[in-house]
Amino acid sequence: MDTAPKPQQVRLSTTPSRADLEALKIGDIVYLDGLLYTAREGVYKKVCEEGSDLPLDLPAESAANFHCSPAATVNPDGSFNMGAVTATASFRFSKWIGPWIERSGARIIIGKGGMTSKDYREHFVPNGAIYLTTVGYGTGALLGRGIKQVKAVHWNKELGLAQAMWVIEAENMGPFIVDGDLAGNSLFERENARIAANLDKVYEGTRPAVLRRFGETDDRSDEVIG
Amino acid sequence: MIAIDTIQETAERLMEKAAIEIPQDYLDGLRTMADTEDGDLSSFVLQAMLENYEAAKQDRRAMCGDTGCPRWYVKMGNEARIEGGPIALEAALRRATAKSTNDIPLRPNRVHPLWRTDHDNNVGIGAPEIEYGFEPDGEWIDLVTVHKGGLFGTDYRMLFPSDGIEGIKRFFLDSLVAFGKRGLACQPAIIGIGLGGSKDTCMVLGKRAACLRTVGSRNSDPRIAAMEDEFKELGNSIGMGAMGFVGKSMVVDCNIEVGYCHTGGMQMSVHAFCLSSRRAVARIHADGRVEYRTDPEWFTDYQRRETVEWTPPQSLSKSA
Ligand code: SF4
Repeated sequence: MDTAPKPQQVRLSTTPSRADLEALKIGDIVYLDGLLYTAREGVYKKVCEEGSDLPLDLPAESAANFHCSPAATVNPDGSFNMGAVTATASFRFSKWIGPWIERSGARIIIGKGGMTSKDYREHFVPNGAIYLTTVGYGTGALLGRGIKQVKAVHWNKELGLAQAMWVIEAENMGPFIVDGDLAGNSLFERENARIAANLDKVYEGTRPAVLRRFGETDDRSDEVIG
Repeated sequence: MIAIDTIQETAERLMEKAAIEIPQDYLDGLRTMADTEDGDLSSFVLQAMLENYEAAKQDRRAMCGDTGCPRWYVKMGNEARIEGGPIALEAALRRATAKSTNDIPLRPNRVHPLWRTDHDNNVGIGAPEIEYGFEPDGEWIDLVTVHKGGLFGTDYRMLFPSDGIEGIKRFFLDSLVAFGKRGLACQPAIIGIGLGGSKDTCMVLGKRAACLRTVGSRNSDPRIAAMEDEFKELGNSIGMGAMGFVGKSMVVDCNIEVGYCHTGGMQMSVHAFCLSSRRAVARIHADGRVEYRTDPEWFTDYQRRETVEWTPPQSLSKSA
């Protein structure tokens, strides 16, 4: 029934070449090697809205932005203690992702749950970037094992540990799944469409609530992210 | 008299256990799902999760990087006495939360809703939540910590008697489909449903149904127990598995709790306790003994009592 090629497992550098990324298809399993950094709304606001300078040389040092707040502490001697890492839902960063990719030269955005294929077409495809989703999403301990070293943390005073920019050296860190490829396809949206075919049957024997809500829809191909 | 130091030490141990060790009932439930899942991608996710729980235990690191919002449920036997009283107890739980956040480490998730102030220790206004319950007999206290994750997967709706079971099913399915897409609910989850009460208690019932009952437990009302079975099956027939990929692993179990409500209404809440269903329990006895377990045993006959006066069930009162 499924004619798509079997997903491959690959190791990918966090400063990938165009060819590396072209070889990836949605559904492929990826493990990362090299430096990656965390950046979410705190960092995006600081850089894209307030115009702060980047604290490291991007994308030369890393082209991989992880939507993540690690479970981590800074020890009194300045060293770091990082336990588990897990991505946070990426759709919330839609309004910054275009300016951020342009400013940082990011080629790999890693997060939870993907972004819309509209975001992929508008912001990722023109800049040659792909989207990797974490797995589970609770595979924080596995991902934690892939961290060789915490290199630095920037802006933890201003932004707090959760929003700070953590720079992490990854080795065989994963698994991740390709959700958005260079053509702008979305794995999640493909799966949604397949599942939607069955939904009318599942909903048989139910009925809409007598008290409706403003803006409510019965279109089950809809998504709650946007 | 229960020593306050024992409470704090136990609370710290519970924080660590909750963050690192997946409860056996959830693990068994997930293994069963992994055995029957036939969606390729969904299967891959479940296998990765099973490996992840192992990795967490081996490395003694948190199973998920988002370590949720630590909270406490305290259940006291009627004869329990705590050194320093309830104020000392709350201080001990706040200290344990802050210390463990740093020691394990956990993610300092708790911030001020407006100013986003982060104390980097998961303590602040109203955080951690501390909720109470009581039981008729006993000199013990039960400490339960739940590190609930997930900003998604929870919803509330005022239904009415005329909505009936069809309306309940609709809202159940709507919640799963909406938040199951892309795996926002981090399913397969323990789905807790609260029915009745009032808006706030309905949310509390649903959350407790998800977090304070185990996989495989059933409501003591046989008709509600039958609904739990039916809803679990319904959720798993959507065609959606882990991460919203094609599959059938959506609901590890469905737990329903009810409360008496206004005659005109039928409040309903839905809660999802995610792939990191973190809970840990300890009973501290008056003599200082501490027993660890993972089943909160929260919903006793006493908690579900319907009558004005409490009369223990026949079998219990005889043995007591
Ligand atoms: S919902 Fe649960 S499994 Fe998912 S990221 Fe949050 S804590 Fe982890």
